[in-house]
Formats: sequence, structure tokens, C-alpha cells
Amino acid sequence: APGLVPAMESADGAVRTLPSIGRLSRGPTFGRAHGRFGLSPSGRLLPPAPRSQENADPQRTAFLLRKQWTLYSVTPLYRFSDTHLRDYARLLSAFIAAEKQKGLAVEVGVELDIKVSVSSLPDMKGSDQDQAAILVQLSSRSAASSKNSEEKLIWSGWFCCVSGDDLSENVPEDFTCLPLFLANGGESYTSIVGSWFQKTFDCCFRRLAISPLNLTWMAAMWTGCKVDKTASAMELVFSVPCLPQPLNISYAIHPEDAKALWDTVQKTPGEITQEEVDVFMDCLYSHFHRHFKIHLSATKLVKVSTAIASAHCDGIIKFLQSQYLTGVLMLLTELAISQIQ
Amino acid sequence: MQRRQSSKTPKQPLQIHHKNQTDLSAWRKGGRIDPEKSVQNHQSPTNQKSDSKQDSLEQALSYFEKVQDHVSLKNNVLQKHLTTVESIALQRGLPPEGFDVLLNVALSGKLADTVNTRLLKSLVPASVIPETSVVSSVSWLCVSKCSGNIQLLFLRWLITVFDFIDHKEQLHALYGFFFSFLQDEKMCPYVCHLLYLLTRKESVKPFRIRRLLDLQAKMGMQSHLQALLSLYKLFCPELVTITLPGKMKTYFKNSEGPWKAAINAVRRRNQENSPVLQPLFLGTAQPQSRKRKWNTQLIIPASSTNKNNLEEDREKNRVDLYSTNESFPVEQLQTFSQLLQNIHHLEFPSQMGSVLTNPLLLHYMNCTKDESIYLRLYYWMGQTLQEECTWCVADNNQYEEEFKDFLETVYKTECFLQEGFSSCEEFLYKSLPLWDGFCCRSQILRLVSWIPLSSFSEMKSHLYDPLAQLFFTSSLYFKCSVLESLKELLQNWLNWHVIHLDSESDSQVHSLNTTLSGLVNVVAELIHFVGWISTVALRLENNPTFLLYFILDFYETVCDMYLRYNLPLLIMPPAGVFYPALLSMDSVSLNQLCYIMYRYRTNLVAAKENELSKTKILQFKFSSQTYQEYNQYIIAMVGCLWTSSVFQKDIHPQGLRMDDELLKKTTVQEFKTSFNIVYHPAMMGYAVLFLQQAWPDDTTFNFSLIKGKKWNWYLEYLYAQGLKGLKVFIESSINRVSQASHSKAGNVQV
Repeated sequence: APGLVPAMESADGAVRTLPSIGRLSRGPTFGRAHGRFGLSPSGRLLPPAPRSQENADPQRTAFLLRKQWTLYSVTPLYRFSDTHLRDYARLLSAFIAAEKQKGLAVEVGVELDIKVSVSSLPDMKGSDQDQAAILVQLSSRSAASSKNSEEKLIWSGWFCCVSGDDLSENVPEDFTCLPLFLANGGESYTSIVGSWFQKTFDCCFRRLAISPLNLTWMAAMWTGCKVDKTASAMELVFSVPCLPQPLNISYAIHPEDAKALWDTVQKTPGEITQEEVDVFMDCLYSHFHRHFKIHLSATKLVKVSTAIASAHCDGIIKFLQSQYLTGVLMLLTELAISQIQ
Repeated sequence: MQRRQSSKTPKQPLQIHHKNQTDLSAWRKGGRIDPEKSVQNHQSPTNQKSDSKQDSLEQALSYFEKVQDHVSLKNNVLQKHLTTVESIALQRGLPPEGFDVLLNVALSGKLADTVNTRLLKSLVPASVIPETSVVSSVSWLCVSKCSGNIQLLFLRWLITVFDFIDHKEQLHALYGFFFSFLQDEKMCPYVCHLLYLLTRKESVKPFRIRRLLDLQAKMGMQSHLQALLSLYKLFCPELVTITLPGKMKTYFKNSEGPWKAAINAVRRRNQENSPVLQPLFLGTAQPQSRKRKWNTQLIIPASSTNKNNLEEDREKNRVDLYSTNESFPVEQLQTFSQLLQNIHHLEFPSQMGSVLTNPLLLHYMNCTKDESIYLRLYYWMGQTLQEECTWCVADNNQYEEEFKDFLETVYKTECFLQEGFSSCEEFLYKSLPLWDGFCCRSQILRLVSWIPLSSFSEMKSHLYDPLAQLFFTSSLYFKCSVLESLKELLQNWLNWHVIHLDSESDSQVHSLNTTLSGLVNVVAELIHFVGWISTVALRLENNPTFLLYFILDFYETVCDMYLRYNLPLLIMPPAGVFYPALLSMDSVSLNQLCYIMYRYRTNLVAAKENELSKTKILQFKFSSQTYQEYNQYIIAMVGCLWTSSVFQKDIHPQGLRMDDELLKKTTVQEFKTSFNIVYHPAMMGYAVLFLQQAWPDDTTFNFSLIKGKKWNWYLEYLYAQGLKGLKVFIESSINRVSQASHSKAGNVQV
């Protein structure tokens, strides 16, 4: 009924100023502020010039490269403190031992078969608000050898947040935002470590799949990156749906050709829009169609490999260039955050 | 015996016990299941079988309770009952009350050892084992009536089922008794294991350490002694100064015996059969049988104390998980009085999700203001809902039952807390566009009723649009369910508003302006939405009474918002609802409409009076349009039911006003009166019955006889038939003094 009540003031403003009033629930009012519910933004800024040269030693992150990382999103950790990393390592190693010998008490802090280290990766962040990444490593000691003998790394995982201001700005002090978790190693260890974090910091892990749409973003973004050495080919893998046998189509493009194509598509340097990504992919599709008479747009993009990184839709990533590490992580952080909120 | 058994069964063939014959709660309630309750469950031969099984278990238990000493092994009765106990134990486990009887008999030495062994081996718990039965068996152990082998077997059993004992306080009090058994060389390893499970920091005493060291000196380095010593050292490093080997492959002999596999099998079977979420008394021992990836199982975590208290222990420079903390451990929280006594030092569990299955913690949650607990719950629930949603995630459909249960739990929690979860709201917004309207229907629609009221509304695109699409394309039943849940949504909002008003008056919080106007807008939006879908649905479905009932039910809340909920808003139903109800073929709908119009009138009059008296400055006034709409409807209604002037007087643009010329073409004779309380199709049945009673001999059905005094009698007759809505409407809205002349509607003056 028009004129029934005075017009409401800015709805958004009302909520911001009166956080818990005007709602039938207590709970966060943020998250909703985006109002997108998982939709991708129509445009993204490219990460600023690679940071690695200035303030980070590529050697220190080299061990993250050329490994397959399984991606998870993690909700903010409750009462996590990076001044307690050594304690966490002790507790976690006791937890692992306890999980392995169910039912028996395990002393905290003694030498156990599996050594746990929890450390911080201070370089691995995008902005100053970001929490430094946390690395968890499990290594095994063979029972026979002495303490100083070589330890074998059996599992590693790290939490990180690169330009995750969207999330961290809105979370109270008690919570630590490290929305992206990457694991390499047996899933049984991922499960134990993840369970421990879930129990200890009341957080929630979820596999982070990458949608075909986001894979096209990666394809476009990574094509535009400069790589010094002669780069390997860009490869896109498509899977054809609704077939009795799985059929994958691999589409390899010379990186310079792809770069040339991308340069004609991209208008504003440093910024990419959804439209540009679509045009880029459409060009690739129509080229393919000209030769093979197959409409790739009717298939599902499952994997993108470039010289920068390779990503699989199941949520598996491999970093190949340390200088673009944070750039890739920034996009992944964004995806993780959108899965949390 | 056999014959008695078989003659007994046919007597109660239809008294079927639940499909949840294995439902643990049934056992807990005291074993017998209320037959009345169980009738609703479908019947099948297996149920019947299990019914008789339960009887035979009871017979066996009462037999063992009264059994005399020295019954011969070959005694048929003994053998029969023994077999019964064994087979039931292995199939579905024993109820808590069975343990007392069986332990008593097995440890008292009354029967032969082979029988005792068989009895002990069949002590598989279906749910929990009462602590009292364990305590009394320890006293049997102390008087050593049974043989050494039985003692050992009992200890092994106790170790295996330790986690199933419902309480352990009294058991802890017996620590010294167990400790004294250490001197028995055969029992020592098992007693060590048991002590290992029982030991708390306060159990570590210097004299016990000395005793253990003595034993070690006597028996040599035994792994079980070392295990206990290392635990003592762990608790009190200052008391145990000896060095112990750091790593130990196995401390204790495997004492799992025959029970472990049986317990697992019973648990698995019970979980399969029972759709209810069992309280998880063993948080870590979740069945991992399903082939799902890590962390994709729907598990509501068990309540456990938050162990992440490193800050406080910092000065000690070591992480101390075992120190008796100031705060009361949530695991021990069992009763409401405990909650009250410990509320000042209670801490929330390490995983907030566990509060869903813990009503005591929900109480506690209700009275804390800490926002972080809601945030923790928000994240956990949001992620779980998304991950488990059966229509959003591929391959999840096989877990629909599980997901339904979860949604049910969430809904119950919302009802308990009387507030909706924002994670749930977001889940609905995300998943409704993909919903088929079928999967988990009643759960989803119930959750809709708890969507939080927010003063900035995303409702239209996220709730109303997807819901409308489903609404228009689904069955009549679905439409009614949607209307029902939207009515509850409205009521929840209004209740919240009333409570909020109360708390507002206590403390002078920010000025109401923004939120109240926001609230009014959001509520108005909901009511307009329901008005719209109702209009369309009535046309689509051709005005069924069933649907009309749900629509009018919604308006029963709407018409009373001002007086009952103190909300300065009244919205009239759209013409598409009003006229179908007014011309309904069914007296129920007409009566309901009359009641609603009466309440509208009461509310509007009250509002007008408030406005005129100006006792307080009113921020809101009803627009004149609301009064106007009401008046138009009331004119139509009175014209229809009372003055037979609706075709001339109805001024509503979508109303019944019609030219006499047109009406004459219908060739209806008395078209003017055709909708008054005598001729109205919804009322004519009453008129016929009234005529039959008033003029039993007249068979011509001369309705025109109902006039004057008879008209009043007829009204009384209608009221006596239960048409209360009509009564209050006529008494309030029709000025009966000027009855002789065409009575005028007692309109609210605008």
C-alpha cells in the first residue's frame, strides 16, 4: 500500500549501525553485505606487480612449487594465535599418535614416530591485513635410526590468506582468517590434521572445487603473465559429458599465440572483465571448431595448465612460478572466501 | 514352556512394536514400549518376531534373577534362557537394565563356570551400561565368590566396554579397590589397564607410586606396570622421578575379547535401523564405513571441553591439558540443576555445532550475549548445510534421510531458541532456486518459517521469486504447505517484534525509527506477496475450500497485527481473496471471512481511537486507503449478506456492482436477495434445515418465510450451529436498531 508508512531509510545503513537490532537472529550481518551468494564478480583486478623480487626470497617458497596441492576452504579459526605454534605442534603430534593408537593415553611433548612442525610463512600474504600463512609439516623418523638422522617429509599442508580483506575485515578479534588450505600427502593425514584443527579451533574444512567458469578466468589471467624462460604450452582439457565412456579433449596452444590473442582482447592493463574472458575463450573455441568441428563450449573445462600454474576442477593446483605464487593464491583465496560466506 | 510360549504369541498378534525395535531410547525409557504408540508403525512379520523375542528376553532375565544355586548344566530351562540371552545380545545388544541381573548371577558363583563364561561373553550393550551394575559386580569381585578365570574375563569385559558405562564417578571412588587387585599376578595386567583408564590426576598418590615400584622390582619390567607409571608421571612428573623408556609399542595385552566385534555389529545395525540422530557418546568412534571423502559425512560433533586454553597456562611454560580447570567441563553437564549451579564457570564446547543436540547448552546459549558463539555456529552450520544439501551437491541424494534429520534438528533448535539462524537463511536463499519442491519438502518449508527478520530485505529475489515459481507449478497440497509456513514466518516475525518492544522499553536503545519502519516494510512485503500468490492460486485451482482455508488462516493473523502484536500495520486482503471467500460455496470460509472482517474492524477502531486521543505521539498512522478499502469491503459484505443491495452498492472496482439490465438477463428471479444469509449458497443448507425444524409440515422450502421475528430465530439458529464468526460480525458491523429500514453498515468513520 503506497503511503502506508514513511519510506524506510537506507536499509543497508540501518543494519550497519545497528548490528544486532532489526534481525530475528543473532549472527553475522556481514557476508550478506555482498549479496552475491556465490556469484562471481564481473571484473577483477590483477594482482600488483609480482612481489617476490622485492621482499621475498624465492628460495623460501620454492618447496611449494611443482607439487600437487588439494584445495580446501576453511572458516575462520577461533582463538588461534601464531605465538603458540610450537605448542600446537606438540599437541598435534600427540593427537596424531593418539589417533594411531586409539584408546591409549599419549604424553604431550615426547618424541613420537611422527614429527610435526607448525611454522609461519611470513612472505605468503597479499596485504598487511592478511594473516601470515601457516605451514604444517609431518615427517617420519624411522624407529631404528637415531634422533639426528634424516627425517622424511610425509605430508604437508598450509593455510593462507592473500588479500582476503573481504573476510578478515568483518571478523571479530577472536577469529583468524586463513580461508585457503592446501594439502599435499596422504588423505589420512589430511583427515587427522584437519580434524584436529576443526576440534581445536572450531573451524570447518570443505573441499574447494574450481568451477569451469573460474578455470576460464585462470586460463585468461595466466596467459597474460610474462614468463622469462621459454614457456611450456598452454593446455586446456575438456571433458565431454553424457558419454558411456569418458572422453577428454586436450587443447594445447603455443603460449606466445595465446598471449598474442589475449593482448588483442584485453583493453585495460591490470584489469580483467568477465566479458574479456568470454571473448578470449570464444576465440579459442571457434578456432578449434574451424579445425575439428567440435563445439568446445558444449563440453566442460576440467583442467587448465600454463607455465604459471595448473589447476584442475576437482580443486587441485600445482604452482610452477614462484613470482606468480601470490597472484594465484589471491584468486584462490577469493574462491575460498566465496565458499565460506 | 515351548507350548506356553507359542500359545502366548497369537494372543497379541497386532500389538506390534516399532520399526525401531532397536531404538535405544525405547530401552532407556524402561524397556517396555507403549503399545499404543507403536500401533501407528507398519506391521510386518519380523516385528512380530522381535516382539516375542523381547518377551523371551524378559523371561530369561527374570529367570536369572531368581535362579537358585547349583542348577544342573543340563537343565533345559537354563539352556533355553541362556541361548535367548546370547542370541539377543549378539543381534541387538542388551538393554541397560539387563546388566545388573546378568552380572550378579555370573559373578556370584551360583552357576557353573561354563554358564558364567557364556553369560559374560554375551554382555554386549545396546546403549549404555549402568554404573550401578558395575559397582555391584566389583563388590562380588571383592568377596571372590567366582573363579579366577571369571574374574579375569570380567576385567577384560570391563576394559572393553569402559566407554559404555553411563557414569564413572562411583567407579572412580573404587579406585583403591581396583588398585588392591594389583597384587594378584594373573589379574595384574588387566587391572593395570583398567587403572590406566580410570586414573585422574588426583588418583596419583605417593603410596601408590611406591606400590607400583615395589611391584616392578618384584616382577621385573612389565609393560603394563610401565604404562601405568608413565601415566602417573605424566600427571605428576614431580612424584615419579624414575626414567621410563620413551617409546612403547604396546602397553597392554589385547583384552577386547569377543565383545568388540559384537558391539560394533550391534551399533551398526542399530544405527541403520534408527533414523534418529543418536547422542554420540563416543565422539571419536564414528563409523567410517561409508565411502565418502574425509569430512563429507554429516556428523554433529559431540560436546567436549574446549582444550584450547593455552593462554592461561603460559606461565607454566608447558601445555597442560590435564590440570583440573576452573571451568566446568561440558561433558559432565547432565541436568538442569547442574547448569544452574555451574552457569558462572561453564564454557562452551570446543565445537559449537554440538549444542544442537544438547538442550542444556541451548539454554545456556540463550542467556549469553557473546557474539562469537553465534559466529562459530554460523560457520559450521552454513558449511554443513551446503556440503550436505542433497539437491545442490551431486551424488548426495543417497543421503537424503540423513539430511532430513539434520534439517529437522536445525528446525527444532530454532524453535527452542525462538530465533532463526542466519546460516540457515543463507542456505535457503542459495538452495531454493535449485530446489525441486519435493526433496525434504516439509523440512525446508519449516525452515522457511524461521527466516530471520532483517530490516533490509533480499526476500524478493531470494525467497519470494523462487518460491512463487514452485508454488504456481506445484500441487494444491504444496500450495497449502507454503501458505502455512509463510503464516508461521509472519507469526515468528510478529512475536519477535513484540518481545523486542518489551526489551526496548527496559533500556533506552537507539530510536526505533529505522528498524520499526524497516520492519513494517518487510512485513508488508510478505503480506502483499501472500495476497498475490493467493489470488493467483485461487484462480488456478478454481477456488477450492481447502486452499481458501489456508489463505484465510493467514489473514487471521494479518487482521490482528495492530492489537495483538502492537505493529502499526494493517493490510486488507486483495479483492481476489475477499470476493472468492465472500461468495464461497462453503460456510466455513464465509464464517472465517466474517471473523476476519470483525477483527479488522476492531483493530481499525482501536487505531482510530488512539489516533484521536493522542496519548502519545504516533509515528505511524494507517493510511486513509486502508480505511477506505475496509469500508468498501464492509459495504459489499453487508450488502451481500444482510441488505441484499450488493449489486447496487458495492463500490469496489473489482466488486459485484452490476446493472439491473445485466442482472435481468440472468433470468434469476430474486437476484437481489440471492446472496443474503438465507439464499447464499454457503448458507442455504442451514436455511433448509431451519425451515424443516420451524415448519416441519411445509415441504415447499419457502425461504421467504424467514423474515421478521423468524429472521432473528434464524440468526440464533445459525449462531447455535457454531457460526461464531458470523455472529461477531453481525453484532459488530450491522446496526440492528434501524433494522426495519434497510440497516446500514456500521462503518468505521474515516
